[in-house]
Amino acid sequence: MNLLELRGITKSFGAIHALQGVDLDVNPGEAVGLMGDNGAGKSTLMKIIAGNYPPTAGTIHIEGRETQFAKPIDARNSGIEIVYQDLALCDNLTAAANVFLGREEKRRLGPVKYLDHRTMFEKAGELFKELKSETRPRDLVQQMSGGQRQAVAIARTRLSDPKLVLMDEPTAAISVRQVAEVLNLIHRLKETNHAVILVSHRMPDVFEVCDRVAVLRRGSKVADRPIKQTSPEEVTGLITGAIEAA
Amino acid sequence: MTDQTQQTHAEIDESVTQRQEMSALQAIMRTQPFWVFVAILTIGLVMTFVSDAFLTERNFFNITRNFAFFGIMALGMSAVICTAGIDLSVGSLMALSGIVLGLVMQAGWGIEFGFVACMLTAAGIGFVNGVLIAYLRLAPFVTTLGMLAIARSLAMVVSNNKMIYEFGPDQDLFEWIGGESMLGVPNVVWVLIVMTALFWWVWRYSTWGRWVLAIGGNPQAAKLSGIPVEKVVVSVYMVCSMCTGLAAFMFVGYTGSVTNGIGVAQELNVIAASVIGGANLMGGVVYAVGAPIGAALMELIRNSLLLAGIDSLWQQFFVGLFLIIAVLLEQIRNRGGR
Repeated sequence: MNLLELRGITKSFGAIHALQGVDLDVNPGEAVGLMGDNGAGKSTLMKIIAGNYPPTAGTIHIEGRETQFAKPIDARNSGIEIVYQDLALCDNLTAAANVFLGREEKRRLGPVKYLDHRTMFEKAGELFKELKSETRPRDLVQQMSGGQRQAVAIARTRLSDPKLVLMDEPTAAISVRQVAEVLNLIHRLKETNHAVILVSHRMPDVFEVCDRVAVLRRGSKVADRPIKQTSPEEVTGLITGAIEAA
Repeated sequence: MTDQTQQTHAEIDESVTQRQEMSALQAIMRTQPFWVFVAILTIGLVMTFVSDAFLTERNFFNITRNFAFFGIMALGMSAVICTAGIDLSVGSLMALSGIVLGLVMQAGWGIEFGFVACMLTAAGIGFVNGVLIAYLRLAPFVTTLGMLAIARSLAMVVSNNKMIYEFGPDQDLFEWIGGESMLGVPNVVWVLIVMTALFWWVWRYSTWGRWVLAIGGNPQAAKLSGIPVEKVVVSVYMVCSMCTGLAAFMFVGYTGSVTNGIGVAQELNVIAASVIGGANLMGGVVYAVGAPIGAALMELIRNSLLLAGIDSLWQQFFVGLFLIIAVLLEQIRNRGGR
């Protein structure tokens, strides 16, 4: 059974059809690369899966059950976590505080609840260790490199042990060494049987970590094939339209 | 990467996860309140040579009592500034809630009713400010500037432009709370101490405090994390207003009378105290001890000029100077930190 099953997803904004009948399947432990030029509909599709807005038509099945998301929190409750492109971190807080933001660990003393800093530091430390990242839970995010910030953003998603992690351009705007770090993080997610959808412009990254690649062009899916049966050249052709469909 | 380097990396990881980047002392030395405190000690030291009257118990009693009123207000203001907001209406609100308090007690109600009426008035104004800013997305500066005019006008209307000095059956208790002292410390200073401790706890240990900091740091991130950003922002403006209500309650008891003219231009002192105490107008930075320390510095300047025989017309000059230095210091620290 597929973890995520999209059927005939269509999204219109007035006269503009951002998506037209897109089907997409994702299995547990699988990384799917979602590629396409600017305006091809990648972001729209991500936002629909993340529950930011509902599709105009089409269905979403999670583990075989039909699901509708009214709000992002519904998607999160269904086991979908999102790593946003701008990472959505608070620079003025520590790494641990960011990981637990909105889901703080608390202790109780009589009627008073208070933040359990110790547990949060420890758990965040464990998460970073699992991700084999050198991020320190007590450091302010302000002082961190792009790769460390990625690790914080990904550790956030691990907190609820999601089934599917959506990643929007995680390797844009970071250094080469940090890209390797982030790709390692994605490998780690796959090893622990989490599914990943990776939206990226960077061909080498997709070919490095993904098992399958889906290409969108002008709101339609024009290809969806295992990474081993395609090549960067073919995918580029599909994105630009030089190759009609595969 | 070989197995061995991985191994050493793992060990380094192990040791750094539990370690703080700086020692506790270093961490304190990086904060603004620390340096303002150093400035206070320095001025104090100089003043002991300048004036014999400075280091007297009486003088300290006066200084602490004088800054306690707007120190309490600055605690709430710091919370608002932490969300990258501002509340210009606190001076007017001081008059409005003070007048409501006076009217209720003058009418023969007990002190508890007066207190509740005072706090409800303050909470109401804060609620309106907060809803306009959080839900209708109006700029805090303009919204609270409007409220500055509205609250002052309301204070004039409900007081019918008269002074209130009769506080009904609980007059003595009321004036004792505002004006007297316990263990040689003015009651209002006790209130400031308790409130500062409370805010210290809130910023460090409460979920609300953590959320307010997060909103100040990155409101989008806070929203995406599932924090009810709008509700928290409304509550922040209510907290700020209620600190003002509390200060008004103490102040009216202290002076033994209330007119609709109290608190004029007080918002400037309160904001200056917060900023000198380390609150960053860009949001995301707050220290509980910053508000009383900033307020203390301002009052100390006033007191020192007085005792040194310098014309009191210079007072605002030095307050302004320290405000600018405080902002400048913060800039320099930030540049150094990155």
